[in-house]
Amino acid sequence: MTAQEYAFLVVAVVGSLAAIAVVTARNVVHAALYLVVALASVGVTFLLVGAEFVGWTQILIYVGAIVILFLFGLMLTKAPIGRDTLDHQTQNRIVGGIVALLMFLGLASLTLRVWPMGTTPASAPVDGSTAAIGTSLFHDYVLPFEVVSFLLLAALIGAIVLARKDDGSDE
Amino acid sequence: MIRLPLVLVFAALLFSCGVYGVLARRNAVMVLMAIELMLNAVNLNLVAFSASLKDVSGQIFALFVIAVAAAAVGIGLALVILLFRNRASINVDEVDLLKW
Repeated sequence: MTAQEYAFLVVAVVGSLAAIAVVTARNVVHAALYLVVALASVGVTFLLVGAEFVGWTQILIYVGAIVILFLFGLMLTKAPIGRDTLDHQTQNRIVGGIVALLMFLGLASLTLRVWPMGTTPASAPVDGSTAAIGTSLFHDYVLPFEVVSFLLLAALIGAIVLARKDDGSDE
Repeated sequence: MIRLPLVLVFAALLFSCGVYGVLARRNAVMVLMAIELMLNAVNLNLVAFSASLKDVSGQIFALFVIAVAAAAVGIGLALVILLFRNRASINVDEVDLLKW
């Protein structure tokens, strides 16, 4: 066990508890705030693995922007904050819990069977610097990069069209 | 350095939490949050394999997934707001117009 692994274990435990809290929290605003912790722990894991640029992007975009978007969504939909009116179906919870547990056990056992903890060598830190990412992005992945820019433009226009208040007085 | 299976098991747990959230929660915004958890688990796997294979492509894919997830959240929340405006409810079980 290296120092990075101990640090990762702490981050992973915090992130796992936060992720469980996200999906079980009764208060939706608390769930959004737990989501910050879970996403930040994923970002810190990126940094520990050596993926510097992706890690900071994760923290900027997810913790900085997407969670704010969620909080605004909760505010605008006046969700029943502090109450649990939407989640009374215990049947859903039982089935969801069973499916999620089976999925976790299946994925974890598969992972540990293919890469046993004892024999898998520790991987060296990857070169995740901005220079390496930029070189690869603009040499090998220029076309997908441009396509993503179109996707974001379409999403932007679509979101504006959908969420605009349509009172019909502009005709 | 961090061994690959540790990261993969963490990602599996995040993904399972996301699956539980999508199946069990009925609030549309909570369902979107659970989808974000699943996308993050996928990103974690991509970056872990990128480190394991010493190939920067995995991190590029993770960046693309982050961009697409941001677009998905934007559109998703716009749809939820529209749904709330038309139905005064964001319970995903009540949106069954296409069910026969």
